[in-house]
Formats: sequence, C-alpha cells, structure tokens
Amino acid sequence: MTNTEIRPVGPEPARTRRSRRNRGTGRTRKASESTAATTIRTRGTRLLAVLFLAPTVVGIVVFTVVPIVGSVVLSFFQWDVIDDPRWTGAANYREILTDSTVLVSFRNTLVFMVLAVALQLLIALVLAIAVNGRMPKWLRSVFRSAFFFPLVLSAASISVVMKYLFNQDFGPVNWLLGTVGIPSVPWLTSENGAMAAVVLAYVWQQFGFSFLLFVGGLNNIPQEVHEAASLDGASGVRKHLAITLPLLSPTLLVASVVGIINALQVFEQPYVLTAGGPGDSTRTVVMVIYETAFEQLRFGEASAVGVLLFALIMAVTALQFRLSRRYVHYQ
Amino acid sequence: MPGPRTSVTASRVRHGLAPWGRIAGLALCALLTLGPVIWTVSTSLRTPAESFDLPPKIIPTAPTVDAYRGVFDQIDVWLYALNSTLVTALIAAGQMITAGLAGYAFARLEFRFKKPLFALVLATMMVPLQVTMVPVFLELKTMGLTDTLLGLIVPAFPTAFGTFLMRQYFLGMPKDLGEAAMIDGAGPWRVFRSVYAPLAAPGLAIVGVLAFNYHWNEFFRPLILETSTENLTLPLGLVSLQGNLGTGSISVVLAGVVLSMIPAVVVFVVGQRPLREGITSAGVNR
Repeated sequence: MTNTEIRPVGPEPARTRRSRRNRGTGRTRKASESTAATTIRTRGTRLLAVLFLAPTVVGIVVFTVVPIVGSVVLSFFQWDVIDDPRWTGAANYREILTDSTVLVSFRNTLVFMVLAVALQLLIALVLAIAVNGRMPKWLRSVFRSAFFFPLVLSAASISVVMKYLFNQDFGPVNWLLGTVGIPSVPWLTSENGAMAAVVLAYVWQQFGFSFLLFVGGLNNIPQEVHEAASLDGASGVRKHLAITLPLLSPTLLVASVVGIINALQVFEQPYVLTAGGPGDSTRTVVMVIYETAFEQLRFGEASAVGVLLFALIMAVTALQFRLSRRYVHYQ
Repeated sequence: MPGPRTSVTASRVRHGLAPWGRIAGLALCALLTLGPVIWTVSTSLRTPAESFDLPPKIIPTAPTVDAYRGVFDQIDVWLYALNSTLVTALIAAGQMITAGLAGYAFARLEFRFKKPLFALVLATMMVPLQVTMVPVFLELKTMGLTDTLLGLIVPAFPTAFGTFLMRQYFLGMPKDLGEAAMIDGAGPWRVFRSVYAPLAAPGLAIVGVLAFNYHWNEFFRPLILETSTENLTLPLGLVSLQGNLGTGSISVVLAGVVLSMIPAVVVFVVGQRPLREGITSAGVNR
C-alpha cells in the first residue's frame, strides 16, 4: 500500500531545534526550507501530536505489539492455565510439527487458499470487466450492488444457511445441479465435497471485495487505450488479455495479497459448515489454534501454531511482492 | 465512486460479446449471488411442511411468521441484539475518534519518529487476529474483562486501517486553508478544530460504516471471550439456534438469520457509498 503523497527524494532537511519561544504565533516556514509536506511547527504541535496519537499508538502497543511478543515467548512454554508456565524450549514446535492434525490443517489451509483465491479472483475479474461494458447506468449499479451484497452479511450466519443449501438429499444446490443433469454430489459427507463446499461458501461471500477493487482499477484505465486497441483491430477477449490485464496488474496484486492473507485465516465457514470434517479434511489452521487454546487449554502449543501461521503469511506475502516486481506494471 | 465512464461510447468499437448476451450472463450471476439470500427469506416464511419442497417455493403458499415467533421463544433476541448494537456502536464511535485524531497527526503535524510510528501502525494490518488472540485473552483476563462486553469493545478501538484511511483523507485536503488560519494567528489545535475537523465527516463516515459492518458480523472474538449466555452477540446466538446436532427447525434458524441481516442490509442501503469507497480505497490508492 503506497500513499499518494509526493515527497522529494533525498535526505530530509535537518531539524533545527528551536529554543526560542514562539509564544503561540505560528511561524510558517520560509518556502526555501519547506518540504513537500508543509507542516506546522510550533511548540504546541508536538504536544498536540502526542495527544492525538496516544490512543492509537498505546492501543496498538497493548493489543498487538505486546501480544505478538507474548505469543512468541509463550510458544516456548508449556502452560495449561492451572499450573505455572514451564519453559520447555522448542518442545512445542517439535510436538506440533509431528502432530498429524496440525500438519493436515496446514495442508488443508494451503489447498483452500489456492482454490479460494484463484476462484475468487477469476469470478471477480470476469464480472468486473462485464459490468464495465456498455449498459444503462441504473443496471450497472444494480449489478454492482448485487455482487457486493454478500460481503455485508455475517459469515457465521451465512454458513448456517449454506449447511442447508448443500444438503445432499434435500438441498437446493443438488436440486439445481440435478435440473442440468448433474448427479447428486455428497457435499458435506465426502472429503473432497466438504472442501469444495467450504471453498464455494467462502468465495460466494468474498468475491465482491475483489470485484470492487477491479471495478475501481478498471475505472482508472484511460478510455483512449481501449479505443486505440479496437481501432487496431483487437477483439474483445484478446484486448482484455493483452491490454486490460497488464494495466490492471497493480490492482491484481493488491487483490491477491489481501485475498491470500484473508484465506489463510479462514475460520467461520469450516467451523459452522463442516466442523472440520469429515475426518480432518476441512480442519484449518485457525480452527486448530482455537481448539488447542480454548478447548484443550494448551496455550503454549496454540501460540506455537499461531507463530507458524504468522510466519507463513509473512513468507507468502513477501514472495508475492518479489514476484510482483517482474509482473506488475505501473503506468 | 463512479469515476469516468468507461463504457464504450464509440459505436465502431467491437465487443467480445453482444451487449445483450453479456447483460443476460450478468443477470444470471446476480441471481446466483442473491439466490441464497432469497431462499433464506422465503424459507423463513414457509410452513415447516413446505420448508424442504423442491423446487423451492419462492413465494410461500401460506406465508407465516411462526418461525419468527419461534426465534423469540428460543433465544433472547432482544438481549443479543442489544449486546450487538452496544458493542458495534461503541466500537464504531471509538474508531472514528482514534482514527480521526491519529490520521490527522500523521497527515498534518510534524513530530519526531513520525515515519517509524506510521510504519508500525501499517505493519499491524498484517497481523492476523488469531496470532495475538491468546495473549490478548490473557491480558483481558488480568484486567478482569473476559466475559464482559467491554472486553470486546476496548481492544477494537485502535484501527490501523482506519488511521491509514483518515491520513489519506486529511492529506487530500488543501494545505492553504490551515496556513491561512495560522497566519491569522490560530494555534495548531485551533487549526484542527475549526479548519480541518469540520471537513472530515465523509472520511469518518467510511471508518464508521466499515467498523459497524465488520463488528456487527464478528464471530471469532465473541466466541472466545463471551461464555455466559447473557453476553452473547447475535451471530453467536444464531449458531446456537441450530442446536447441537443441527436439530433446530430449519425455518426458525433461517428466520434468525433474516433478523440478524436486517441491520446489515440497512447499513448496506444507507451507507453503500462510504462502504464501497472504504473497500476500494485499499486497492486504488497508489
């Protein structure tokens, strides 16, 4: 995420410590010493900044920074809340890395991420391009609202609904597939079916987010580009592949980074829809963290799994930004 | 956020698909998208005898609100709705205040360590909730805030994304306004209060609507934190409607889902623009 502020590149001008009192009269700086961001520098400014930042910074330190450090520390202890924490070194990591449920949950989460993000981006991209084509204005906003509506609903309660929709014998999904001649799918009772149901339920809810990003990105592409391409005889599909995609690549990067970070943390859908089953086939990493910490009260192991998940998210994101240098074109 | 119209105006331009084919395809996709919602509403109004009819009767033959009565009989809807409203409203208000102030400081005030502090705020956006959940739970335990609504509210006040949004928002305002006020002798507080704060409302609306939407639907934190029945929020109450083995009556469960959707839909209708802007701002600011 970059910001729009344009700063001159190079070292910042040295701050002059002023001991003189300016008695509240705001001395504006001379143009010669102004950086691009002209800010106010009076004695009152520092105090105001401290007051304004205090709630956010203190809150972030207390509820994010300290807990991260705490998580890492805790992951080297064994602690069940009843007895005092015991330092066990890397034992938790050894334990979880040989625990088949934990390993399976990482595999499930990665499989889920690939399927869900790919499907979400594909659907969102096709729909965004289609919505951007020629049509009456009111119709465009109807479509836009429809596609982004699921996003405002609660994932937990929608997963309750999906449980009925995906029912093998009397669920509308199989009935609908039946009308097109597809035989009954055991959605929630077979391993692959359950994973597919979780992916579909998740994508149904989430694709609107990527869709909105793409609509915004498409709006930023100058119209002349398309007209020029069409005059050169490029047809619809080819035009999009050769021109729209490269121009949209910064938005694609953001959509995929955010999509992946969110998909790796999936919880509500598998928790409500399949409870991680059948077997462990849809148990995700976050479900394992929840179960280990708050059902089995093994806080040390739960923290270790959390640290691993964080490392995975960081690694995947870093990799994406590495790859993006090659494939993302900024206009 | 309709920017420049990108629809093709030059009639000579060829499209991959005839406009009517495209619109029909979009209509089908919109129907599939809204299908689960339509089905939920219609099933909640059907008699139990009709709930499993296939093809589903979208218009119930004998519409009934029995299921809604059932929801109120089985769970304390008013209490959960009150809890949800309280939690969500306070979080939204708190985030608007903290993000507004911090965003202004990062955009318009000069102080030491500004860059590293802002980087710290942005970095916390990357941290998944579940990684910090155990220590946060323990912190709240020592503060005596587990199983209280306050324990749900306070940790949600600082918002990295909201701060980022408000900073962008204040950066987009003309600098001369503040400078003119300063030349007239206004101090930094006066400049904020009289010049910039009154202009911040639309930006704050985005922060507020996003916060409301996210926390109204939140499931994970209340699931961990709230153990007694009287502290549950709506999404948790609904999942409990299902019964342990999903044995709850289908119409009653769906009626509960519809009830919990109502505020989200109201926010969607009223706050659609700020919602959309908030979501797209994540991707378009470059």
